[in-house]
Amino acid sequence: MDTKLEPIVKALQEQFGASYEEFRGEVHMFLSSGQIIEALTLLRDKYEFELLSAMTASDYYPQNTPRFHVIYQLSSLAKNITLQLRVPVNGDQPKVPTATRVYETANWREREIFDMFGIEFEGHPDPRRILMPEGTEGHPLRKDFPLGYEEPQFTFNFEEIDLRKPYAKE
Amino acid sequence: MTQIEEVNYEQYKHLVSERAFSGETMLLNMGPQHPSTHGVLRLLLELDGEVIVNAVPDIGFLHTGIEKNMEAKTYLKAEVMSDRLDYMNNLGNNLAYCMAVEKLVDLDVPPRAQALRVILVELQRIASHLVWIGTFGLDLAAMSVFLYAFREREQILDIFELCSGQRMMTTFIRPGGLWRDVPVEFETAVRNFLKIFPKRVDEYEALLTKNPLFLDRLLGIGKLDSATALQHGVTGPMLRASGVKWDLRKARPYMGYEQYDFDIPVRTEGDTYARYLVRVQEFRESMKIIEQALNKLPMGPVRSDNRKFVPPPRSEIGVSMESLIHHFKLWTEGFSAPKGSVYSAVESPRGELGVYLEGDGGPKPHRVHWRTPSFDNLSVVPKLVKGHLVADLVAILASTDIVLGDIDR
Amino acid sequence: MGVEQKLGNMGIVTAKLEDVVNWSRTNAMWPMLFGLACCAIEMMAAQASHYDMSRFGMELMRASPRQSDLMIVAGRLSRKMAPVLRRLYDQMPEPKWVIAMGDCASCGGVFNNYALVQGVDEIVPVDVFVAGCPPRPEALIHGVITLYEKVKGEKFVTPT
Repeated sequence: MDTKLEPIVKALQEQFGASYEEFRGEVHMFLSSGQIIEALTLLRDKYEFELLSAMTASDYYPQNTPRFHVIYQLSSLAKNITLQLRVPVNGDQPKVPTATRVYETANWREREIFDMFGIEFEGHPDPRRILMPEGTEGHPLRKDFPLGYEEPQFTFNFEEIDLRKPYAKE
Repeated sequence: MTQIEEVNYEQYKHLVSERAFSGETMLLNMGPQHPSTHGVLRLLLELDGEVIVNAVPDIGFLHTGIEKNMEAKTYLKAEVMSDRLDYMNNLGNNLAYCMAVEKLVDLDVPPRAQALRVILVELQRIASHLVWIGTFGLDLAAMSVFLYAFREREQILDIFELCSGQRMMTTFIRPGGLWRDVPVEFETAVRNFLKIFPKRVDEYEALLTKNPLFLDRLLGIGKLDSATALQHGVTGPMLRASGVKWDLRKARPYMGYEQYDFDIPVRTEGDTYARYLVRVQEFRESMKIIEQALNKLPMGPVRSDNRKFVPPPRSEIGVSMESLIHHFKLWTEGFSAPKGSVYSAVESPRGELGVYLEGDGGPKPHRVHWRTPSFDNLSVVPKLVKGHLVADLVAILASTDIVLGDIDR
Repeated sequence: MGVEQKLGNMGIVTAKLEDVVNWSRTNAMWPMLFGLACCAIEMMAAQASHYDMSRFGMELMRASPRQSDLMIVAGRLSRKMAPVLRRLYDQMPEPKWVIAMGDCASCGGVFNNYALVQGVDEIVPVDVFVAGCPPRPEALIHGVITLYEKVKGEKFVTPT
C-alpha cells in the first residue's frame, strides 16, 4: 500500500482493533458501528482527511448478520491518499450513529441510504426520504425488493397487455 | 396513482423558522416545473418580502432507479445506462464506468485508446460548459449567448456523430478501449474546431466578462468559503473558485493525463463571478489538452487483446474457433468479475464523478453506486442563498451548474 | 402575392371555417417548457439557431401552462413527478395537444423498473410519439409537422 497510508492504518488497527484488506491497490478497513464516529473524527482532525468523497451501502441479502455494509470513502487533499471504511450492520433493526457532525455532506447521503436501504441513522437532524415520494413502502435498493419491471409486449401477448395497461383517455 | 395530494407542511417544521408558521414570512414553492431551476428541482422558499430566509430543496423528481437497474444487467449492457445519468457529460460517465470495470477485472488499455479517450472527454467537457454558459446567460437575460453557444456545440456533436453515429448517448468508450477506431476525417474535424474556437471564447468574454450589468448581478453573490465547501463535499469548479487547487486530472492522473501540459484555473473569491471565470478559463485549458493529445496520438490497436473481456473483431470470427466461442460467451452470458469492490473517480465538468463497483463472481454487478458531484454541490446551496434576493437565487443556481439527472440518478 | 390574387376587387376571401381556424392554430402553436431530462437538451438544440423551430411558429416556449397550447413531454417521467404532470396538463386551456418526445416518454425507454412511468400515455392522452434516444432535432421537427397535419384534419362538425 501507499507509504503515507501505512502509519494511518497501523494507528487505526491499534486504537480500534480494525482489520483491513487490500484489493487492486485500495485499502478497506472494517470497523464496528460503535467506533465509526470516533474513527472519522480522528481521521479528519489528526490525519487531514478533509473530504468525504462518497458514502453508500451494499446489501448482502441471504445472510443476515451482517446484512449491510455501510461504506465511507475518505479522501485527503493534503496528502493525496484515499481510504475506505466499512461498517457491517445487521439485518433486523439496522442502526448506525450519524456522521453529520463530522462531515456535513453526510446529511444528504445518510438520507439517501435510509431511503434506499432502510438503515436508520441515530441523531440525524432531518430523517426524511429524499429520492422516493412520501409514503413509499419499502426500500428499493434492498435485494428482496423487486425490480418492478413491466412485461414486454410481443405480438403473441400484445392484446392482453394492451387491455390491462391504464391509458389516460382524456 | 395520479391523485393530487395535499401538501402537509408538518414535515418541514424543523427546517423553516417559526416566523413561517405565525404568518410573518411567506412560504413559496418554486416548483418542479420552472424555467430557471435547470431541471426538475423543487425549492421551498421562505421569504421575508423579497429576501430569502430559508431554502429547502426537494429532489427525487427524476429518480430513475439506475443503480438498481444496473444490477439486473451484465457489465457491458449496464454501460448503456451510464450515458443517461449526467446527460451533459455522456462520454465522461462512460469513462468513469469503464475505468471502474477495468480496475475490477484488471484489464489493460492500449495507449492509442487512452489518447483518444482523453480527446473525446475533453471535447465533451467543452460541450458541457457551452450548455452551461448558454443557460447561464439565458437565466440572466443575455439571450444571444445561448444561441452562440449552441452553434459551437453543434460542431462538437457533429464530431461525435462522425465517430459513433449518435449525437449524444454514444456509449463509445467500452471496457478495454473504444468501440472502434475513429474514421480518417476525425483529425481534420477536430483541428477545424480548434482553429475557430479560441476566437469564439473571446467573443463570449467580450459579451459578458466586463459587462456592467453582469458584474452588478454577480459580484459578491453567493460566497462560498473553502472550509464549508470541503465539509459539504463540493468538488470541481465550485471548489476551485473558492481557493482550493484540487483537480483529479492533476492529483491522481488517469488515462495518461500526466503527459499533457495544462494549468488548473483557481480563484479565491468564491462568489458566482469567480465560478464563471474559472469555467471560462477551463475552455482554454481543455483546448490545450486536445491539441497536445492530437499531436502525440500514437498508432496501434484501440481495444485490449484480452479476449475474455473484449469481443473479437468480426474478421476473426469466421477464421478462428476460439474467437467464435469468446464472442458467443461475451454476448450471451457476459464476462465474470471477481469478488471485491473498487472505487474509481474521474474529473467531470461538475466535479468528482466516482463509481463504486462491487462484483460477486458472476456476470452481473452486485452493487453499482455513482458518486455524483451535483448531489453535493446542491446540498450547499441553502447556505449560499440566505439573505439574498430571489433574483440572486437564480444566478446562484445557474453558477453551481447542477444537472438533475446526476442528482436523482 | 398568393392571397391578393384571390381577393378580386372586393377584398373578400371565402373559405371553410375549419380550415381558417386550423391554419391559425398550426401557425402559432406555443409549446410549454416541460423538459425533464436528456431530451430537453435536444429540444433546446431544436429551438436554437441551427435547427430553428421558430420557423414553424414556436417562437417562444412559455413557462406557464395557462398561456400555451402544446406540451412536449421531453424526458423520463418518474412516479414522483406524475401528479405534477397531470396537474399541469389540467391547467392548460383547450385546445391542447401533447407530444411525447423520446423513448422514455413513449414507452419507458431503456428503463424498465419501479421508478419510471412506462409511457406518458398512462397519465395524459398523447397525440404524437417521437422515437429516439434522444431524437435528433430534425426528428422532433418532423413530429411537430406530423402534429400539424393532424390538427389540419380536425373537424368541428362530425359528418353524420
